[in-house]
Amino acid sequence: MNVLNKPLEIRTSPHLKSSVSTNQIMFNVVIALLPVTIFAIYSFGLAALLMLSVTTIAAVLTEHIYCRLNNKESTVGDWSAAITGLLLGLTLPPALPLWMAVLGSIVSIMLVKVLFGGLGYNVFNPALAGRAILQAAFPVAITTWHPAFLADRFTHIPSSSLAWPFTTATYDAVAGATPLGNMKFNHVAAEVSDMVLGMTSGSIGETSAVLILLGGAYLVARNMMNWKIPVTIFLTVAVFSGIVHFFNPTTPTPLFMLFSGGMMLGAVFMATDMVSSPITDRGIIVYSMIIGIMVVVIRLWGGLPEGMMYAILMGNAVSPLLNRALKSRVYGTGRKGGAK
Amino acid sequence: MDTNTFIKGLWKDNPVFVQVLGMCPTLAVTNSATNAMAMGLATAFVLIMSSTLVSLLRNFIPKQVRIATFILIIATFVTVAEYLIQAISIDIHKALGAFIALIVVNCVILGRAEAFASKNSVGKSILDAAGMGVGFTFALLCLGAVREILGSGTFFEYQVFGHGYEPWVLMILPGGGFFTLGAWLLLFNYMKERKAAKMQEISA
Repeated sequence: MNVLNKPLEIRTSPHLKSSVSTNQIMFNVVIALLPVTIFAIYSFGLAALLMLSVTTIAAVLTEHIYCRLNNKESTVGDWSAAITGLLLGLTLPPALPLWMAVLGSIVSIMLVKVLFGGLGYNVFNPALAGRAILQAAFPVAITTWHPAFLADRFTHIPSSSLAWPFTTATYDAVAGATPLGNMKFNHVAAEVSDMVLGMTSGSIGETSAVLILLGGAYLVARNMMNWKIPVTIFLTVAVFSGIVHFFNPTTPTPLFMLFSGGMMLGAVFMATDMVSSPITDRGIIVYSMIIGIMVVVIRLWGGLPEGMMYAILMGNAVSPLLNRALKSRVYGTGRKGGAK
Repeated sequence: MDTNTFIKGLWKDNPVFVQVLGMCPTLAVTNSATNAMAMGLATAFVLIMSSTLVSLLRNFIPKQVRIATFILIIATFVTVAEYLIQAISIDIHKALGAFIALIVVNCVILGRAEAFASKNSVGKSILDAAGMGVGFTFALLCLGAVREILGSGTFFEYQVFGHGYEPWVLMILPGGGFFTLGAWLLLFNYMKERKAAKMQEISA
């Protein structure tokens, strides 16, 4: 092409751009979640497989249909809707009726993400906020646990999973209890080694601490996750619950706190959500400490056995304020913000 | 008879869906259709009575103390409404609780007294108040119906779905009030926008 005919492109800075795109980051998150997902399907069988496929497909379809109805180009190609669906599925109990899971996916995408302006504008982590709404709407169903490693898990789907939409589910006679539930209501602590390996009952993707940390390490190694968030949360929880445990030995040990419930999954994959966490380093430290303190407070003194979801949502809620309060100083300006 | 004075409160100037006034009772007591109906009718009663009295006295009330006088008139009728509800159904009185007394500070009522009744004849004021009252009741019923049907599976305590229905507990909690109001506002604004677009099309 002749030089003169070539259109002149005028762009503003930055002129050097990273080759990493949203799609790539999101795709890598999916890869990081794979070990957790595979282990979840191994430990909970068909129930987990169905649940995860249903939430992911429902989330992607919701976003696709919304874009189509508004004559916009479909945004499902950036993988974020798939991740929202997958993460939502991982936080739900395995035998939750599937229609509730679909409802949760629709709420996550429509109410929490799209209504606020889509990817990059949502205040709250869509998957967690969707789960919070499910918890408020169906408090009984979402706290009915299903035991892991049942003998017939690959041939038998729990009857509650297939409940007709809008009807109450009948649960299989066998019921499981999570380590946190046992701790809170029966004062029985589970073995930490069981919780690290994922031998306990709980939400689909929260049981195996080792595999969650492995996925997190992969993302950190690829520089696609801020390691300061999970590390600060773990430190805060360990120190705070350690102090409480020292003065009152009937409370759970810091190790139990770290490896039980949604602590690992939440700290590694939810609290690190790039959209709903603060931007600055100082903001991130305060944000992570708020999450760490809130989760211990809810677990020890709240009515619910688990508080990770609400702790992260509270952290999300204050992160715009933290962004404003803890701005980093612009190079060349004085401490008060004005020019020197 | 000026029918427009009456009609506008129902739709075009609906106190809840268009003016977004009186949010406190709208969100707080619409967890069932019965409560919503009772609150709507009580508010409509206070609205009509106080508008009548304000309109009658509009030439005697000194301008400086008019708000205090309006509140006094409204509070009188709220007391009447409270005793009436207590006499009719003690259950509804218990369910509505403090929100009956709080009708006094419902800005729809003071707003109509200040903006309309204090400037217009008695007949017109009654029509306006009745329109607003019916519009308010209608809006509360819209919210109450959705919340009761989804949150308890009933409508005016009559089973809508079969016994297997799993209630969405969220809908009868405060959060459900906000969600339902948001959804209704969405629907109303969508209809308003579509109508405006059509009008433009016709005139173009």
